[in-house]
Amino acid sequence: MNLSGSRQTLGTGASLAATLQRELLIILRSPGDIVNPLMFYVIAVSLFPLGGQADAEWLSGIAAGVIWVTALLAVMLSMESLFRSDYEDGSLEQLLLSPQPLYFHLLVKVLGHWLLTGLPLVLLTPVLAMMLALPGEAYWPLLLGLLLGTPTLNLIGAIGMALTVGLKRSGVLLAVLVLPLSIPVLVFGSGMVQTTLNGLPYTGLAAVLGALLVMTVSLAPLAIGAALRISVN
Amino acid sequence: MWQWLYRLGSPKLFYDMTTGFLPWLTIVTYFLLIVGLVWGLGFVPPDYQMGDNFRIAYIHIPMSVGAMGIYAMMACMAAMHMIWNIKLADLVARSCAALGATYCALSLVTGSLWGKPTWGTYWIWDARLTSMLILLFVFIAIMALRSAYDSENSGSKAASVLTLVGVVNLPIIHYSVVWWNTLHQGDSILGVSSQSANPPEVWSPAFFVGLGLIGFFFQALIRRTRNEILLHERRSQWVQQLLTSKQLQE
Amino acid sequence: MLSASGLYCERDERVLFSRLDFDISAGRVLQIQGSNGSGKTTLLRILCGLNADYEGELRWEGKLINATVEHFRAGMFYLGHSPGINKALTPMQNLRWFCANRGFADDAAIIAALEEFGLSVYRDIPCFQMSAGQQRRVSLARLPLSGASLWILDEPFTALDRRAVADLEARIAEHASSGGAVILTTHHPLQLSCALEIINLDERGPQ
Repeated sequence: MNLSGSRQTLGTGASLAATLQRELLIILRSPGDIVNPLMFYVIAVSLFPLGGQADAEWLSGIAAGVIWVTALLAVMLSMESLFRSDYEDGSLEQLLLSPQPLYFHLLVKVLGHWLLTGLPLVLLTPVLAMMLALPGEAYWPLLLGLLLGTPTLNLIGAIGMALTVGLKRSGVLLAVLVLPLSIPVLVFGSGMVQTTLNGLPYTGLAAVLGALLVMTVSLAPLAIGAALRISVN
Repeated sequence: MWQWLYRLGSPKLFYDMTTGFLPWLTIVTYFLLIVGLVWGLGFVPPDYQMGDNFRIAYIHIPMSVGAMGIYAMMACMAAMHMIWNIKLADLVARSCAALGATYCALSLVTGSLWGKPTWGTYWIWDARLTSMLILLFVFIAIMALRSAYDSENSGSKAASVLTLVGVVNLPIIHYSVVWWNTLHQGDSILGVSSQSANPPEVWSPAFFVGLGLIGFFFQALIRRTRNEILLHERRSQWVQQLLTSKQLQE
Repeated sequence: MLSASGLYCERDERVLFSRLDFDISAGRVLQIQGSNGSGKTTLLRILCGLNADYEGELRWEGKLINATVEHFRAGMFYLGHSPGINKALTPMQNLRWFCANRGFADDAAIIAALEEFGLSVYRDIPCFQMSAGQQRRVSLARLPLSGASLWILDEPFTALDRRAVADLEARIAEHASSGGAVILTTHHPLQLSCALEIINLDERGPQ
């Protein structure tokens, strides 16, 4: 085999960067996967004033809860595109058989997914918060909470997706698996807004959400890897 | 070859060992349950605050504790299944899920029946009730995942992974719910009386019922697992022999 | 290179094969034969490490496979039924990711490989615009790039035209003669210029 001079050996970091690049390229090639969860987020939030009341006082009372619950559902809907195409075209098998460390590759895949689905959702939130008449002092805790919470939700969702990607229909089952496990993020996230509105500091809760994120980052890839090995079988 | 024998041997060992043990366990279980229930429901004096309503606690509290204990046991079995690939552990875990969900559901039903006369409503978002509800969701999710797979082998492994994810997550869920409850204290503390002042004659029947329900769980678990073993090993020689000897007796 | 002893596998309560022993060393080509459902694909997936539901021992260069997983994966290339090619990406992008997973970057080699498989024109066209046979060739272009000594190929001739089949046969023979080894399944009558060993799973079924 002739190895020409153009061959460059890549370390783990560069190979992870290639996985991230591939993930971003694939998601960018199907803009629907980015836009549809965001549209769901906006539409579902705007249903609450229509289904309930439109006065600012009632809305500001439910704003944090509505935004957090809807964001949780939107993240879950966006998960559907995470492993689906890789499973169907066999790239998942290639990834599982790659000599590279699977743990970090899975983490990077979820990171890429979050960058293009979770982050836009956080950035869109101030507009929705304004429409729900959220008081001004609650914006920062809401955004910080979502910034710390959505990656955790993505990782938990990835476990659910990895467990169900081999099944023909996984949509509702994914919700049944993932929603109960997402409760702590929801509770502490919307709790951050509540405590701020009660005039208390929210830093402690932000630390709890941060701790949850660190824990999920360190443990979830193990579960995702184990689940994917079951799914390709 | 011996590996195959070993794998086949251990469910058989479980089956043979429980054959002699099961009737005794059943007798002790029913004895404990009858003593505890007759004592608790019939002979303990009514509570001066809640009247006869408090008696439902004799079933409610052991059911709640039992449901959590069952999850812990199921998690151990799931870990054994994942790490050492022990088939029997999976069969036990499978039986645990259904029993755990039942205990959870009964705990919620008795809890809300207790709540009506005590709090004036069937449901309040109390920390313990809410945790119990989420535990029920998790039990159901595990059963749903297992049954969604066509291949039984993959379904078992997926259920084990989810069970272990749940082990990490459930304590966090519990603490988040407790914290959430203190945030909204206003509407939940109503009418919860402290149970510290109860004399021994009030709580000792609960002790009997608790032990009885643990015994009931284990005998139901063993029966279910024995059925699962027979189903899974139905092609093996010892099950065939067992079946023919049963037929001869009839 | 890869040796198996006492492999046993059952699926849905049916024994696919038992007491399967073989040893594949450098320069050998091994064909797994059997009727539909005889367990050919299952066997290949067990060998490459995707399927862990088996009993028996697998050794890579003398060491138990679980003890030397990374070594084994670097030295093995598996091609399954699905091509492992993302349809939204171009052949170039797909192969770059493949090379990165194998720990190197080499655009010149990728271009050369695509040329060998007659795909130079399609280098930067998304794969969904290509025919099934062309996609298959993108997937096969990984063979020269992989640098693996053992190829495990499941039905590699699917969707290929006659000339591409002959090319692949020549490539397999060349890989064997240059010190590699190949395990494959196919329903196509192989015409190799080197020796071929055959394991027939129909003869290894329930006993």
